[in-house]
Amino acid sequence: MNPAGMNEGFVLVAKRDCPTCELVQPVVRELVAGTRPIAVYSQDDPTFPEGVAGVRDDRALEVSFRLAIETVPTLIRLEGGREVERVVGWQRDEWRALTGLNSLGEGLPDWRPGCGSKSVEPGILDELEIKYGQVPFQARRIEIGEHEDEFEAMYSRGWSDGLPTVPPTRLRVHRMLKGTARDPGDVLGLLPPDLQPLTVEKLAINAVMAGCAPEYMPVVIAAVEAALSEPFNMHGVLATTMFCGPIAIVNGPIARAIGMNSRGNALGQGNRANATIGRALQLCVRNVGGGRPQGVDRSTLGTPGKYTFCFAEDEAGSCWEPLSVERGFAQGSNTLTLFAGDGVHGIVDQQSRTPESLARTFALSLRGVNHWKLAQGADAILVVSPEHERTFKAAGWDKARLRQELETLLLLPAEEVVRGAGGIAEGVPAAALGDRKTVPKFRKGGLLIVRAGGDAGMFSAVIAGWGASGPIGSTPVTVAIKE
Amino acid sequence: MELLDPTSEISPVRRARKVPPDKIAGLTVGLLDISKPRGNIFLDRIEQRLADKGVTVKRYKKPTFTRPAPNDLSQKIATEVDLVIEGLAD
Repeated sequence: MNPAGMNEGFVLVAKRDCPTCELVQPVVRELVAGTRPIAVYSQDDPTFPEGVAGVRDDRALEVSFRLAIETVPTLIRLEGGREVERVVGWQRDEWRALTGLNSLGEGLPDWRPGCGSKSVEPGILDELEIKYGQVPFQARRIEIGEHEDEFEAMYSRGWSDGLPTVPPTRLRVHRMLKGTARDPGDVLGLLPPDLQPLTVEKLAINAVMAGCAPEYMPVVIAAVEAALSEPFNMHGVLATTMFCGPIAIVNGPIARAIGMNSRGNALGQGNRANATIGRALQLCVRNVGGGRPQGVDRSTLGTPGKYTFCFAEDEAGSCWEPLSVERGFAQGSNTLTLFAGDGVHGIVDQQSRTPESLARTFALSLRGVNHWKLAQGADAILVVSPEHERTFKAAGWDKARLRQELETLLLLPAEEVVRGAGGIAEGVPAAALGDRKTVPKFRKGGLLIVRAGGDAGMFSAVIAGWGASGPIGSTPVTVAIKE
Repeated sequence: MELLDPTSEISPVRRARKVPPDKIAGLTVGLLDISKPRGNIFLDRIEQRLADKGVTVKRYKKPTFTRPAPNDLSQKIATEVDLVIEGLAD
C-alpha cells in the first residue's frame, strides 16, 4: 500500500502558498468530480484547493515525505497500490496523458513550473527524516528530566571540557552526519586511553557538542585519523606530565571553503571552524577515550591549547611551498597535519631587514624550546607572519633555505649544553654528546615551518612540541582530508 | 529532552552514588543542622558518639529548613570536611 492508503487512482499534493497550485484549482475540481478516485493533500491549508471536498490535511508533511514530494503540485497515478507515474508542476499535455482526460485544463497556460514542496524546505527535511524516516542511531539515548537544564545535565555527566557544549539531540547529530559520506557505523579506530571504538556516529555526537558545523566533518574525521595513527601516539600525548595537546594545521582549499582563519589572530579565538574542530577531537578523547585531567591525563600544568588548537596555513598569501607539499602531498591537496605541541611563544623582531638577521632571531627563539640546554627532545613549529616572510621573499629565500639556515644556526655547542655547563644541572648528557663538538637542536624533520597571520606586525611564533618527539614519543602526522 | 550519549557507554546510564568511606576514623565529619526543631539534640548525640571514636567533627547550620543551603555554606562544608551527616526530619 502506498502512503495515501489507496490502490488505484490519483494522488495530488499541493499548497496554497504556490501560484501554480492556485492556477490548477479548476483542474483539481474537475478530477475530483470525475469517476476515478483521487486523494488531494494540502501541505499548508486543508481548505485549499477551494471547492474541493475531503482535502486531506498534510500539514505534518508525513505523506509528502513518504511520497518524496519535491515540487508542488505533484500528481501521481497509482495502480495495484503502487506508483506508476508522476508529473510535477503544471504541464498540460503530461497531466492529460497521466489522467487520460484529453480536455483537462482547457484555457490554462501550457506550462507553469511548480513550487518547492514544504517537506524539502531547509531544515524541514532533516526533521521529517528523524520523525518518519526511522534514522537508525547506535548510541544510547539519555533522557534529560523535564525540569533539568540540559546544559547543566551535560556538565554533571562529565561530558564537557569546562565550556558549555551543544546538546547532541538526534536531529543535530543527524545533520552532522550529513557532513560526511562515511557510514555512521564505521569504526575509525580504538581511541585511547580506554581503547574504545570511535564510530563516525560517536564522532558526530562529539562534533555537535563541540559546536561544529556539518561541513567540518571531513576535517574532524581527518584529525581523528591522524590522532589514531601509531606515529602520533595519542595515548602518550594525553598521558604525559608535560604540557602538550594535539595541534591541527589545515592545508588546501577546504580551509577557505569552511571559513577557517589563517590570517589575523589565526592562533587565537573568534573563528568557529578553528575553535570547534580542535575541540571536537579533544571531546572525543575525553568522552569516548575516557582521557581526563588528573585521570590518565597526567599533565602537570597543561596548556590552554588543550581546549582546542587548530588553524590553517595561509597559502593564498604566501610565496612559500605549503606544509602539505613539503610533506609529500600534491599542490592544492586538502590535508591536516597533527602535531603534539604546547603553547605559543611569540617572537618579536621589528628591526631585522635581512634574512640573515631574521633567521638568527628565529634560531634564538627556537633554541628556547623545552630548555636552552636541551636538544633533540622536542619538535617545533615556526609560524612565520606575512611581514616577516616578506623579508625572506625579497631575498629569494624559500622555506627550504630558511630551514637549512636554521639548522646551521641551531647546531648547539656541546660545551654549552652539556649537563652542568653554565652552573645548570639540566642539559644534554655527556654520554649522548660523545665526542661531538655540536648537537642539532632538533631531530631531522622536527622543525615545521608554516605561514599564517595578519598583514601587519613583525611578529612570528614558536609552538614548542612535546618533549618526547619522534619514535620515542610523537611524530607529526599529515593525512588527506577526504570528502 | 533526549540526548545521544557521547561516551563509550562503559558506564551505566544511571550514575552510581559516591561510595561511602569504609571507615570514618581519621576523617573530618560535618554535622549539618537544617534548623528543624530538636535536630540539634540528635546531632549533639551523634557528635558525642563520633568524638568517642576519635573523629573530628565540625558543626554547620542552615538558616532555614525551607530552602536549600546558601552557596557560601555549601562551599564552606565542601572544603572543610570529608563527609556530612544531615538531620533531615524532626
